[in-house]
Amino acid sequence: MIGTLAGLFSGLFGVGGGSVIVPLLVLWLAYDERSATATSLAAIVFIAAFAAAVQGAYGNVDVRDAALVGVPAVGGVLAGTWLQQRIPTRTIALLFALVLVASAVELVLR
Amino acid sequence: MIGAIAIGVAGGVVAGLLGVGGGVLFVPGLVIFLGLDQHHAEATSLLAIVPVAIAGTYRQDRYGNVRRHDALLLGVLSLAGAIAGVVLANALSGQVLRDAFAALLVVVAAQLVRSTLRAAPIPPAPAPARTAEASPPPRRPR
Repeated sequence: MIGTLAGLFSGLFGVGGGSVIVPLLVLWLAYDERSATATSLAAIVFIAAFAAAVQGAYGNVDVRDAALVGVPAVGGVLAGTWLQQRIPTRTIALLFALVLVASAVELVLR
Repeated sequence: MIGAIAIGVAGGVVAGLLGVGGGVLFVPGLVIFLGLDQHHAEATSLLAIVPVAIAGTYRQDRYGNVRRHDALLLGVLSLAGAIAGVVLANALSGQVLRDAFAALLVVVAAQLVRSTLRAAPIPPAPAPARTAEASPPPRRPR
């Protein structure tokens, strides 16, 4: 059930699906937050790969852009987790929420 | 090319820092800064997520946080949903899909605000003898 929902969500929106999987693992399977996040990440490897393959069949995947975004992002995540231990993230998180809303507005107005 | 790398690095840093998933950043980045249409941006984001999730899983697994059996089950069971989601996405017009994605961004923003306010009601007080061991575990990108 969670897998199917997560797959649907991921395939539809082009995201990993963690924002669906994590709360469901916590609510339905009584996971703690950390195991839920970690397990969701492992499931996302499969989910994103499946969904990417199907999108590939539609000819929508730009492999070059995906590599240019995805490979440097691995370094970015390492830098981000390193930083997270060293700076207060509260204000950044709230500012970033504003950036997300601004991006949403930009997308709708496009 | 530089634009794509910048989206990757920026998306990765924010993902690691705030525990927000990469795709939520890759998709708008690809649309707004590289001018991809919504369908191509989502498809490309999906492939870009794979290396990020592999690296994150590797790290988390070393801490013993990954319940491998459940993860595998979730992954395998997601196949039908993933196919349905992609077929649905491709059946929708770019504009409808983009507006739906914008709604998703607002939901993620709300989730982020809620978890931030819940996790840290007050800026951290000077805790006595706060050691590396006592510091909270990192939130992981989703």
